[in-house]
Amino acid sequence: MAATPRIKLPDNAKVGDVIEVKTLITHVMETGNRHDKYGKLIPRDIINSFIAKYGGQEVFRAEFGTGISANPFVSFRMRVSGPGIFEFAWTDDHGVTTVATAPLTLT
Amino acid sequence: MREFAKISRLDRRQFLVSATAAAGLLPLIVEGAHADTPGLERSKQFEETFAKLTRGATPVADRITVDLPELADNGNFVPITMIVDSPMTDADYVKAIHLVSTANPVAHVATFHLKPINAIARVQSRMRLAKTQDVIVLAELSTGEMLMSTTMVKVTIGGCGD
Repeated sequence: MAATPRIKLPDNAKVGDVIEVKTLITHVMETGNRHDKYGKLIPRDIINSFIAKYGGQEVFRAEFGTGISANPFVSFRMRVSGPGIFEFAWTDDHGVTTVATAPLTLT
Repeated sequence: MREFAKISRLDRRQFLVSATAAAGLLPLIVEGAHADTPGLERSKQFEETFAKLTRGATPVADRITVDLPELADNGNFVPITMIVDSPMTDADYVKAIHLVSTANPVAHVATFHLKPINAIARVQSRMRLAKTQDVIVLAELSTGEMLMSTTMVKVTIGGCGD
């Protein structure tokens, strides 16, 4: 399952600001409760873990269950300590991790 | 022109209200309101998950603001905002926010782990709701305290598959 991440960061943040970090990844988030047209159960396939790092340090982490919608979206806040690069990692039920990086532009 | 647009929007809302009532939703809402008195039914799995997350402690219903729609048209996609009133200092911060469903096939929806660097304990996401139910948000504080919030959401079309 191809997963495409999308990141939204403010473009005019200053040191000391509390910024909003918005992330989304395209993923079916198959619950394992649905059946295909032949009546066969479609196996569970979800993104179960999300980790956000800034400057190599973990700043936010989440565990998802099947109750999170398809294309899981998460937004969180962070105080900017200085310039750095965000690194986001999403891991699915097959153990496949999708990584995205995004530098934070400071003014 | 602008006034006209306003009126037509109002009309559409009124139409929606009457249309959903005509579609037999009203009895559902009334039923939901009725079931409110003894409390909406909660799954066994929810009780187990809740006990595990709270480790037997009784959470305090305080300092959490949860923004959820009163009525979710599509249970597959329900936006949720969770805000915990916390100083987010090294001595007193929100360690984790647990999102728990009382009537989904899987009760534990998600856990979000926070740190003092988050500065504001505010998390947004989108969740699935299988049917009308209470949504429970638990906040685990670094002080060992546990906070809780309960929000009822009426669901028109349930998510979570079959």
